Amino acid sequence: MPPEAAPLLEVEDLRVEFDTPEGKSRAVNGVSFQIQEGETLGLVGESGCGKSLTAMSVLRLITPPGRIASGRILYRGRNLLTVSEPEIRKVRGKEIALIFQEPVAALNPVFTVGDQIAEAIRVHHKVSKKDALAEAARLLKLVQIPDAERRVREYPHQMSGGMCQRVMIAMALSCKPSLIMADEPTTALDVTIQAEILDLLRRLKEEFRLSLLLISHNLGVIAGSADRVAVMYAGRIVELAPVREIFASPKHPYTIGLLRSIPKLGERKRSARRRLYAIPGTVPDPYAHEAGCPFAPRCPDVMQACRREDPRLLPLEGGRKVACFLHHPAHPSSEAATS
Amino acid sequence: MTGNPQGNLLEVRGLKKHFPIRRGVFSRVSGYVRAVDGVDLVLKQGETLGLVGESGSGKTTAGRCILRLIEPTGGSVVFDGVDLLGLSPAEMRQMRRKIQVIFQDPYSSLNPRMRVGSIVGEPLAIHRIAKGTDREHRVADLLCKVGLDPMAMKRYPHEFSGGQRQRIGIARALALNPRLIICDEPVSALDVSVQAQVVNLLMDLQEEFSLTYLFIAHDLSVVEHISDRVAVMYLGKIVEVADAESLYRDPKHPYTRALLSAVPVPDPDAKPQRIALKGDLPSPAAPPPGCAFHPRCPVAVEVCSRLEPKLLDSGGGHLASCHLVHPDGAGPPV
Repeated sequence: MPPEAAPLLEVEDLRVEFDTPEGKSRAVNGVSFQIQEGETLGLVGESGCGKSLTAMSVLRLITPPGRIASGRILYRGRNLLTVSEPEIRKVRGKEIALIFQEPVAALNPVFTVGDQIAEAIRVHHKVSKKDALAEAARLLKLVQIPDAERRVREYPHQMSGGMCQRVMIAMALSCKPSLIMADEPTTALDVTIQAEILDLLRRLKEEFRLSLLLISHNLGVIAGSADRVAVMYAGRIVELAPVREIFASPKHPYTIGLLRSIPKLGERKRSARRRLYAIPGTVPDPYAHEAGCPFAPRCPDVMQACRREDPRLLPLEGGRKVACFLHHPAHPSSEAATS
Repeated sequence: MTGNPQGNLLEVRGLKKHFPIRRGVFSRVSGYVRAVDGVDLVLKQGETLGLVGESGSGKTTAGRCILRLIEPTGGSVVFDGVDLLGLSPAEMRQMRRKIQVIFQDPYSSLNPRMRVGSIVGEPLAIHRIAKGTDREHRVADLLCKVGLDPMAMKRYPHEFSGGQRQRIGIARALALNPRLIICDEPVSALDVSVQAQVVNLLMDLQEEFSLTYLFIAHDLSVVEHISDRVAVMYLGKIVEVADAESLYRDPKHPYTRALLSAVPVPDPDAKPQRIALKGDLPSPAAPPPGCAFHPRCPVAVEVCSRLEPKLLDSGGGHLASCHLVHPDGAGPPV
């Protein structure tokens, strides 16, 4: 990790709530992290843990009934949650770009891909349509789309899923952002295409010194691309560490369980079919606001304090953080009550 | 392998499904999409055969053709000595008691307007196996078997999580005591921790009811974990079949190698030796001549664009269709 440079993005105690007839759901419940310049932060977690909402909040793209209840999102020191609407619009795309999971759905089917990239350019820069289209072709070449001059005039349906994701990446790059947030960018793609897209993202990140927030449920994808990893569970970050440490010595019982439950390629021995390790139970109901650690009902190492008090994300040695009483003893008063 | 000497439960030979492409005012047939183009598969009693391939390789179509949910264009599907393609619709319906299916999407494969009890009990009603309280007991039993509370019977699918819904789908598939279950991407829509629970459940049920699985999936690590043998599909054809261990340890076909090399490894220190493939999957409406993989193959030679390689044994039941593995490709077809 680079020494104490000012982070590019700093999220502090972000809370996103959904007010629904069933009650209030705390989808993001006090998330804090930083992204340094040129760094890739991997955000892992299972569906519903709040990882996509966290990214959407950064650009204020949360729509009702969801709302950002509190927190600060500092981008180059400026709080994006308090700037005016025209100002946040200038940040979207130009400073921070977003790449979605479903490339084919994210593109407009009735315009050529060139038109769509050109539109993104012309929102932020005063250039002629012709110049913007030429720039679009250049960008398609940059993301390694063969025959870019011709394909710039094609429609999304004429392209494969992998090609469409390259177009999305070209669009994200079009206004030279400093930060790209990629939300499950390869989940809809086949493995061979996935590997190509991840290679491309890594190369572009180096070339343009981009920062990347890479959201994925796939720990393999995270292992190959991220510098640091934040593991989310039930709306909060439960562990944050450099990528090597997360995989070599996970600290939070959820991270440990998650890593143990993925089948690893090439581990199989002849005729030995082991059961996979499975984390028992299911994720907690987002409407229930029970006291204590949200992972406590599924945790193999649960203690009494875990059911009473919510562990905070606190630092450990080596620039890592974990929210777990196994590593940070609970408050003395409740400690005494622990058997 | 866990196969027993009882022999083959399912034998698929030369299975084909060509979808016509219709054009113009009179819907003239102007060509065919060769979704499944001559697939041979053998499933032994009690084993799990993994069928892997990327989207568009025809693996799902192949699975549905076996059940005749899609009517195949050609080939034969022999289940327990009976050719399924020769059966009348009524006979086929009887046969489906023995062959069941679990679908990929636990959200769309359960009728949202039916209670779980009716969903799981429907096969029992259709085949007039049980009714009234007897049926209710059987359903409660099935729900217990898949790890759900029997009280789930009274609830609707939307009240359950993805993993629980997939359990409901599994209970429905088990209702008729089938011998073969075609699992079409049963865990692809699930989260990692839930995926492990469902994979374990499938393995436990297999043991308890001596089930045979055709496990269709694109996730190579899950397939390796659950399968006894694995078949790799590319553009409507099987390019390699072997027992799981030797397929992953010693892949023969260049496509299998590329596929395995592309799987992201959950280890930041892994040095990926990725084999890059050129271009995209060709259209199954106009498959390349010779070996269908040759335009993307990193090691293709001249003969690959002329002659279609046969799926041949390269020792110990490890089959591959590649001219480089079998230079004298003229050997007897398997």
